[in-house]
Amino acid sequence: MRVRVDGAEHVAERGQTVAAVLLAAGRGSWRTTRIGGRPRGLFCGIGVCFDCLVVVNGVPDVRACQRVVADGDDIRSQDGAELPS
Amino acid sequence: MRRVVVVGGGPAGMAAAKAAASCGVEVVLIDAAPKLGGQYHRQDARESGDRFKLPDGVEHLAESVVWAIEPILEGHRVHVRTGPADGPDRTGRAIETRALVLATGAYDWTPPFPGWDLPGVYTAGAAQAMAKGQGVAVGERVIVAGTGPFLLPVATSLIDAGSRVSAILEANDPVAGFAARPGGALAGWTKAGELAQYGAALARHDVPLRRRCAVIAALGEDRVEAVLAARLDEDWNPVPHTMRRFEVDAVAVGFGFTPQLESAVAARCEIEGGFVAVNAAQGTSVPGVFAAGELTGIGGADLAAAEGAVAGAAAAKRLGAKVRAPIGAMRRARVGRRFAAALAEAYPVRPGWRGWLRDGTIVCRCEEVAYGEIRHAVEDLDVGGARSLKLATRAGLGLCQGRICGRNVAELASLPDAADAFARRPVAVPVRLGELAEDVPVDEAP
Repeated sequence: MRVRVDGAEHVAERGQTVAAVLLAAGRGSWRTTRIGGRPRGLFCGIGVCFDCLVVVNGVPDVRACQRVVADGDDIRSQDGAELPS
Repeated sequence: MRRVVVVGGGPAGMAAAKAAASCGVEVVLIDAAPKLGGQYHRQDARESGDRFKLPDGVEHLAESVVWAIEPILEGHRVHVRTGPADGPDRTGRAIETRALVLATGAYDWTPPFPGWDLPGVYTAGAAQAMAKGQGVAVGERVIVAGTGPFLLPVATSLIDAGSRVSAILEANDPVAGFAARPGGALAGWTKAGELAQYGAALARHDVPLRRRCAVIAALGEDRVEAVLAARLDEDWNPVPHTMRRFEVDAVAVGFGFTPQLESAVAARCEIEGGFVAVNAAQGTSVPGVFAAGELTGIGGADLAAAEGAVAGAAAAKRLGAKVRAPIGAMRRARVGRRFAAALAEAYPVRPGWRGWLRDGTIVCRCEEVAYGEIRHAVEDLDVGGARSLKLATRAGLGLCQGRICGRNVAELASLPDAADAFARRPVAVPVRLGELAEDVPVDEAP
């Protein structure tokens, strides 16, 4: 499968989560916080903490650790609170 | 139609579904993951097929979240969205039932410490889930810290995924703890072999296990570059002049587990000491609602499965099925609880962790509320209850809805038994406005 991460093309395996694709691509963080603009990435890994939010196909606030990638997904970093595009 | 609804597909939920189905009732099992197993029996998501098979008569709703539980006359209506996580195109459904089994499990508990909000600090469960479920190592050089036997499989999974594990820091001295309660330790003797295997694997890779030590700060600008570890006294206060720096790019932290309470709170089950109160048949204070597994007390997969089998049978009986008393499962549950009590005694949480915090340490990660703000609210504004503390500081009001900070805020602000006050979530997980507005089919109760 092929997905895009902030514009760059990456190969993904079936069953992988967005978080796994991002970590395997060497990304430790992919979101900034709303107030302090601090970087965040994966923390709890099981859908509880909502730290790993990411924009998938124009929809923000998707938990990267819970979302399984689909072929052609467009994954983008999330900057604070974003509205759907 | 006679139907049991089970929430959760881990050891407890699977056992409940099997037990209820074997009594001849229909079962719907709802679970967030694509595959069964929960956290303990996590499967590699990249492999095709499912290692677990539920009997005929069980409908498995995978990739499904329960976002609300609504009490109705003589039962509950369970609101579900099925489809890609947090996506806008999920399918809605509401299922009514007179016999609801909650098996929502638990997640890692992590005390806050300076730098714990830096990328590169992971819960032990996250490191485990990425390694076992996705084949990805969270770091190249990783330190594992916290307390409890779970740290050992986490370290071995990290090694399997390609990490170098610098050390395992165990905050307690479990040998002394078990010696104090030999009967309970013996109740879990079947686990000894499993632990010995982890121990041997770690010895092969020269991973030192240091007792009475913890990571008390993570250092770095925009990600973890190193951690500070210290020896701890019996109350977990750092011993002066024992600080040591470890150069790592990741740290996996796990100090035990917190139950995932919101479904039980939404169903109005009584909570006692932070867990769902149940009777010998796993019945909660609410007729027709049963709870099994970590929700009722932290005890591991074997105990969870035993409780699940009891809960499934009790739920089927509630629907009028002919049920033989699950005597074997009840006995296994009793033995399991003895072992769980011994574990809790060997791996307690001591209050000294509060001293690891600084005023600037983030406590609520979502709303970025620092320890100093919570202290100010308690000491200067005299804020007393969980609700007023939330409103005064915003702690617990972010996207995770207090799942991560609730227990910590309650302890730091000395609000006794307030952890479940942070679990009151009429909408259990975020749903999109379009989903809320949608008319969904309702499977009505008989």
